[in-house]
Amino acid sequence: MSDDTPVSLLEVADVEASYGPVRALHGISFQVQQGEVAALLGPNGAGKTTTLRAISGMVRMRGRIRFDGHSLPGRSTEAIARLGVAHVPEGRGNFPTLSVADNLRLGAIVRRDQSSVAEDLERCYQAFPRLATRRAQPAGSLSGGEQQMLAVARGLMLRPRLLLLDEPSLGLAPLVTRELYETLARLVREQSTTLLVVEQKANLVLEFADRAHVLEAGRIVLSGTAAEIRADEGMRRSYLGY
Amino acid sequence: MARLVQVVVDGIANGSVYAALALALVLIYRSTGIVNFAQGEMAMFSTFLTWGMTSVGVSLPLAILAALALSFAGGALIERIVIRPVEGRQPLTLVIVTLGLFILINNAAGWLWGFSNRGFPSTFPDGTVGLGGVRLGIESLGIVGVLLVVVGLLYLLFQRTRLGLAMRAAALDPVSSRLVGIRVGRMLMLGWGLAATVGAIAGILVAPRLFLDVNLMGGVLVYAFAAATLGGFDSALGAVLGGWIIGVSENLAGTYVNVIGSDLKILVPLGVILVVLLVRPTGLFGAREVERA
Repeated sequence: MSDDTPVSLLEVADVEASYGPVRALHGISFQVQQGEVAALLGPNGAGKTTTLRAISGMVRMRGRIRFDGHSLPGRSTEAIARLGVAHVPEGRGNFPTLSVADNLRLGAIVRRDQSSVAEDLERCYQAFPRLATRRAQPAGSLSGGEQQMLAVARGLMLRPRLLLLDEPSLGLAPLVTRELYETLARLVREQSTTLLVVEQKANLVLEFADRAHVLEAGRIVLSGTAAEIRADEGMRRSYLGY
Repeated sequence: MARLVQVVVDGIANGSVYAALALALVLIYRSTGIVNFAQGEMAMFSTFLTWGMTSVGVSLPLAILAALALSFAGGALIERIVIRPVEGRQPLTLVIVTLGLFILINNAAGWLWGFSNRGFPSTFPDGTVGLGGVRLGIESLGIVGVLLVVVGLLYLLFQRTRLGLAMRAAALDPVSSRLVGIRVGRMLMLGWGLAATVGAIAGILVAPRLFLDVNLMGGVLVYAFAAATLGGFDSALGAVLGGWIIGVSENLAGTYVNVIGSDLKILVPLGVILVVLLVRPTGLFGAREVERA
């Protein structure tokens, strides 16, 4: 192994997970390198969300998951978050009755460096000006796009080492989604956050991702750089539509 | 006129005791969705702790502080040991558990301190102050003052501190709270500890006006339920205003409506509960969430 081999921030190995009798993951393995944007692609029910939930300790699972030298299985969800893993779940995980500002503060609530949270809040508002104008409003009163911005911004407020995003495009207009991804890509670069994003809109996310893993029926059927995935014949036919 | 003012002020003082216990109910209901039927008994136990310490020579202020601290710890322990195992079960299960707790604490207090009643020293000096021709009891004013301080401190905790924000979040959405790293279990323990402390304050305030025995809070709990129902079970502000409305209307009815007198005063809170549940089940300040799809 040479010295310039990139370091894996996250290693998922032979992970199996079930919901009751239904097996959702049949032993999946992949790695996410420090600083990269990785995408999990695949159809509905392929196990993308379950993979994120396994990383966050939200499903019963077997197998190994290592993050930054720590073994994650057996740890509580809150303990995993405290290690620097921000998970923005399906449905966004906002607190609808709390204000936009309180939602963002909650994203940073376990940080040790509380003195710099106020600065980060301002940085959030600069990146998402629409959140700034609505900072005192309850999160539940925002539009779908704004709520997704809030969820992403809340995740970033943790200053996570790893950000897990579950289908940020769900329910959003294409233009809004693109704008969101552009801002997101810039922010994770600036904060040197590693990003693992679950997405159905493969075309779009491959523009921003360094690497992607394709899931089908609980198995990884293809892994590679974004360019390799785009060039793959079967992938093109099944998901990319050209 | 002077008599009316006195009756109203005394009503507010009584109502402040109901409000304190109602606040304790609201604290637990908001954080865990549980209606804690044992809240009154927990407060009674705390009051006995205070009495027990004064009876062996501890000064009253010190005994009160120690009892409040013990109540906090006791409330947190009850959450951890008794409530956590049944967390998220059906409402009926939870009701039965808190009723069991009621009986357990009631009997534990009887076993420790006996079932006879005892005098409890007042926190406030006797006497009255004149205010524009009206004589107001120092104790009544003191009780109202204590409630206002408690409400102010709770407001600061929940609205102005990081810990308070985390507690509110844990109550609103445990799953999302865990994802941002909040230790939800610890927040629930804190909530029960706080509720036990606030309830203890209610017990210590009311004990000098009644006699201290194991059934000290039985009546008060009914009034507190009425106050919380009237205010909306998830609203702290509602609990306070509800307590005052109940206290004042009870006193007015007892004084000016001959049929009611002091014997039938208990009908006032029961009537209030009934009417609120029929007309406006969420109470005056109960939340009705509105969310954009």
